[in-house]
Amino acid sequence: MARKPATKPKAAPKAARKKSIAKSKAPNATNDELLDYYKAMLLIRRFEEKAGQLYGMGLIGGFCHLYIGQEAVVVGMQSTAGPNDSVITSYRDHGHMLAYGMDPKGVMAELTGRRGGYSQGKGGSMHMFSREKNFYGGHGIVGAQMPIGTGLAFANQYKQDGGVAHAYCGDGAINQGQIYEAFNMASLWKLPVIYVVENNKYGMGTSIERASAVTELYKRGDSFAIPGKQVNGMDVIEVRAAAEEAAEWCRAGKGPFILEMKTYRYRGHSMSDPAKYRSKEEVSKVRQESDPIDLLRACIADAEAATEDQLKEMDKEVKSIVTAAAEFAQQSPEPDPSELFTDILVEA
Amino acid sequence: MSAVKQRSRKTTMLEAINAGMAHELENDPDVVLLGEDVGRAGGIFRTSTGLQQRIGSKRVIDTPLDEKGIVAHAVGMALYGLKPIVEIQFSGFIHDAFEHIMFCAARYRWASGGQYSCPMVIRAPSFGGIKGGFWHSQSVEAYFVHHGGIKILCPSTPEDAYRMMIAAVRDPDPVLLVEAVPLYRAMSASFVHDGVPAEIGRAEIIRPGKDLTILSYGPMCHQSVIAADDLADTDAVDVEVIDLRTLIPYDIESILKSVKKTGRVVIVHEAPLSMGFGAEMAAVIQEKAFGYLHTPIQRVAAPDVPYHFSIGDECYKPNAHRIGLAIKRAMAFEF
Ligand SMILES: Cc1ncc(C[n+]2csc(CCOP(=O)(O)OP(=O)(O)O)c2C)c(N)n1
Ligand SMILES: [Mg+2]
Repeated sequence: MARKPATKPKAAPKAARKKSIAKSKAPNATNDELLDYYKAMLLIRRFEEKAGQLYGMGLIGGFCHLYIGQEAVVVGMQSTAGPNDSVITSYRDHGHMLAYGMDPKGVMAELTGRRGGYSQGKGGSMHMFSREKNFYGGHGIVGAQMPIGTGLAFANQYKQDGGVAHAYCGDGAINQGQIYEAFNMASLWKLPVIYVVENNKYGMGTSIERASAVTELYKRGDSFAIPGKQVNGMDVIEVRAAAEEAAEWCRAGKGPFILEMKTYRYRGHSMSDPAKYRSKEEVSKVRQESDPIDLLRACIADAEAATEDQLKEMDKEVKSIVTAAAEFAQQSPEPDPSELFTDILVEA
Repeated sequence: MSAVKQRSRKTTMLEAINAGMAHELENDPDVVLLGEDVGRAGGIFRTSTGLQQRIGSKRVIDTPLDEKGIVAHAVGMALYGLKPIVEIQFSGFIHDAFEHIMFCAARYRWASGGQYSCPMVIRAPSFGGIKGGFWHSQSVEAYFVHHGGIKILCPSTPEDAYRMMIAAVRDPDPVLLVEAVPLYRAMSASFVHDGVPAEIGRAEIIRPGKDLTILSYGPMCHQSVIAADDLADTDAVDVEVIDLRTLIPYDIESILKSVKKTGRVVIVHEAPLSMGFGAEMAAVIQEKAFGYLHTPIQRVAAPDVPYHFSIGDECYKPNAHRIGLAIKRAMAFEF
């Protein structure tokens, strides 16, 4: 295996998967898989749209970072996840939680700060966890999740449970020093961790060119001998292929792997972002030309995996899941003031 | 020059901070401002709006996302004679830079036997009230008051914010400027933008009274005044409220003067109770004015738990009601 990271995706390990669904209309995925990914991505999108609405209605307070536009990344990554894989990400986390199987009701109720939320309303949008799903948050400190994810991988390796840690961060986060401390340890100890760098071109109002001396983020592991790969993060099939390659590398005991996902967030950084750092044209161009859901939909049509009617049915189903989540999130009770004092230390 | 014109318009806390930084940037070429999104975007809270356009990107610098790197960088700049102002977007992100603040910036003068100093300002937007959850609602000041070498200021009014910013930039030592996020837009006032710095280390009586002294700082000063006003009506208690303004070095003379007059003390801060700034205040007061105290010193603070996302703003943060109860306790206490 060449240490030098390849710019272009190499052939996926399993079989000769086509690189881009935009070009290739028959990716090496089964029809069921295509539909699964479609549904998962649609769920994230509709969920986030609803979260945006609830925020606008004042039902969600504080911060709310939407994942719209980036759905293919997390859905493609998750599609390769094994039962003992662990996941950790930053504050833009709703999509990750949904993709890794957390209940939309519990996620939405955390956004509204209710008892029924994954952290019982304690953490809010940025700080949610699920032991059941091996989901370790939701982290408000940009970048800090990466060394923690590396520790998860250490535990996976130690317990020899075959698990791989998925540690996600953004293009802004990647300049935090602690990430390089983590890279060194991960490579030194050959830890099974996939660092997923979601390069959506901006860290808050700063474009990657204004923040990073070297903007090819998949190369950031070079001096630690960590292989990296740049991936079209708008193409769920390409993401899946890259995730498989990385996971295979990790599970073979070869150490960490970096995947730079080229992606884009459609909405503002959070809900109160005047977005003066980019033009409306830039956003609409991406939406029109490389929307991950549209791309997959075209691919489904091409493969004749489903009819328009079936897709509409799926859309309806997703909408009702989201509606139910929103209702739950409004009906679930507010925490009691006594809950300020729970879960501080183990209770005797 | 345009002081008269500016007096006619009210200045928000945000604008005051902006004006203070602008004044120093314009008048001292060694002053630079750096931080995440401080330049083109004008800062996460828009405190530096327009500064990069006016001063230029050489001196108003957008940095990568890296608090430790930014602060350490500023330490080097300061050692070599620049006067950096560093913005940390939220005080909750400052912890990664703690070592450089407390063991480099706050130690260079001492460790070099007075050869070097670190004239830098670290801006730490603090406190809860915007439903930020536990990371974005922090009161971090108690972590920094422990061992000297750094000055800590906390303005509670736009005028103080303006003058303290100027004082902080000109101060030859590192200064942590604890800015009150919940007051950024909520407070405005008219004052002359005349470039006159605040006096570091001086408290201010913001409500004179004779029965009880409240010591507070930041947004809790305003809650204290509300509580004092309420109780003046209902309980005929005459409460004096002191805005400490500077936590390190604190104004021991003003504190003792008031305490000796009233004999009753309530200390109020938003930060958690235990080992907080109020604990030190209480200790110092009983050491130096024990014989003057009529009742035990009361403290009003947040509980020693994280800031709850959902109910923190209502149930965790101290407020006028809780301050009122503490005043009553102090007034009614019988030995
Ligand atoms: C240590 C730290 N510094 C700053 C912030 C404020 N902040 C939150 S998100 C963000 C930008 C992160 O950008 P990126 O990593 O590209 O992620 P994206 O928002 O694009 O998903 C900043 C500066 C923070 N939460 N934590
Ligand atoms: Mg980004």
